[in-house]
Amino acid sequence: MYNLTCDVAIIGGGPAGLSAAVAAKKESGGRVLVIERDESIGGILQQCIHPGFGLTYFKEELTGPEYAGRFADEAKELGVEFLLNSMVLDMDERAGTVTCVNREYGMTAITAKSIILAMGCRERTRANIMIPGSRPAGVYTAGSAQRLVNRQNEMVGKKVVILGSGDIGMIMARRMTLEGAKVLAVIELMDYLAGLTRNKVQCLDDFEIPLYLSHTITKIEGYQRVKGVYFAKVDENKKPIQETEQYIECDTILLSVGLIPENELTRKALIDISSITNGPKVNQYMQTSSENVFACGNVVHVNDLVDNVSTESIKAGKFAAQYAMNTLPKEEKAVENIAGENVRYLCPQSISVSPESEKVSLYFRVLHPDQNVKIIARDGDKVLASKKRIRVNPGEMEEITFNTGYISGSSVTVEVVKEGQES
Amino acid sequence: MKKEIICTVCPIGCHIAVEGEGDNIISMEGYGCKRGEQYAHAEFAHPVRILTTTVKTDSEKTPLIPVRSDKPVPKEKIMDCMAEIRKCLAKAPVGVYDILIEDVCDTGVNIVATGAVK
Repeated sequence: MYNLTCDVAIIGGGPAGLSAAVAAKKESGGRVLVIERDESIGGILQQCIHPGFGLTYFKEELTGPEYAGRFADEAKELGVEFLLNSMVLDMDERAGTVTCVNREYGMTAITAKSIILAMGCRERTRANIMIPGSRPAGVYTAGSAQRLVNRQNEMVGKKVVILGSGDIGMIMARRMTLEGAKVLAVIELMDYLAGLTRNKVQCLDDFEIPLYLSHTITKIEGYQRVKGVYFAKVDENKKPIQETEQYIECDTILLSVGLIPENELTRKALIDISSITNGPKVNQYMQTSSENVFACGNVVHVNDLVDNVSTESIKAGKFAAQYAMNTLPKEEKAVENIAGENVRYLCPQSISVSPESEKVSLYFRVLHPDQNVKIIARDGDKVLASKKRIRVNPGEMEEITFNTGYISGSSVTVEVVKEGQES
Repeated sequence: MKKEIICTVCPIGCHIAVEGEGDNIISMEGYGCKRGEQYAHAEFAHPVRILTTTVKTDSEKTPLIPVRSDKPVPKEKIMDCMAEIRKCLAKAPVGVYDILIEDVCDTGVNIVATGAVK
């Protein structure tokens, strides 16, 4: 076994891992190592060739490769080290050891003072949503088709139907059209668009691609290759209405039906996982239930903007470096964050309160859209912070910030209530 | 000419009804703010888009390089630009922001690399 040691080991060289690496290196100057399974760094952004990244973080509109490139360049300049083509197979978090397999070194054990989980997420597949019909070739997740088309120069089909109106699905509808394919339909189960309006306008409307809301695929047809799909309108219980069934002849189906945080390693290490986000539970330092293991980005919870991933990952990098140097504030008590009215989950899930007071931001998603609301963070009857919002939407992450010095109880509740109706 | 424009300035997505001819706008209804009004005007008179795609390279390891237009191109020229870009073969090495096609389809816009090939 080949052995390496470092101060901070980061699993994953995508936007989360790169931002964390930059921050860890800046904080400590110690040895920071990024372990990446692909042959190059940048993660999924390498195939996201479209613009729309960086508007909040860099205040300019960048494409995915440009956004990743900025962090990759900074990491290299600072002296962050990379272990590419290396798949992490195991983590012994008590010993601080990560085991990976590398083409050059074979089995490699990396021992680090702190570990950052930055594995991102993967796409839900046909098996996850159980579409009826035969099992021919030609059914792809939108992201794997994106990789084939944008990085490997492999066109995946000519007549395409897309299931799911998430941003990746709509962006692939435009991409396939630009490359000469005909996108015949984008089919969405819900009665509203899953992705951004901007993407509907620029990816679907610009190319006259029809969008079917409240519809779903009822059957895939084809023996060796996809020959067509049946799809139908759904009722209020999302059940297909048989009389509305239609048939489209096509050779390819792309699925854009959600993402799952990739947490096999986290589960194996028995780190506490939230049943709502499917990612590790963290405190404001992005520290998991295992004190030397930190986590950031889509492995914690699925983000809609990479800019938010960077902000969160910079914290993980900074505090993981502090842990490695033994300068992370000592916990006096742990406070639980509770999702109140119209809040689906809170991230971080807990706050580590130390004698030193500090600012903490809690990120969350609402359960349902609402207007003219007030976001309130409270400790019992005491309001820690509140702010007004004209509009909230499950698709967009919300945030509230307050000072840990004001917390006297053992929990903080965040709620989103109609203005004037707060208790 | 009448056109309904969905505003993309913010997530509200106002539906704006515009009537007129080119820059000469007779009526506009449904916008929620000043920026929306400006967006609808530009989108009605001269819709433009940033075009992103890929260009083939002569590198075996990196068969494609991501590219973008350095300025927005007129919407109606997008498919013409794609046809032009398809003919291009980038010779390695290519650096980020190297110009691969100058003045694509007489638009005054350059196609530049957004990634690198060694």
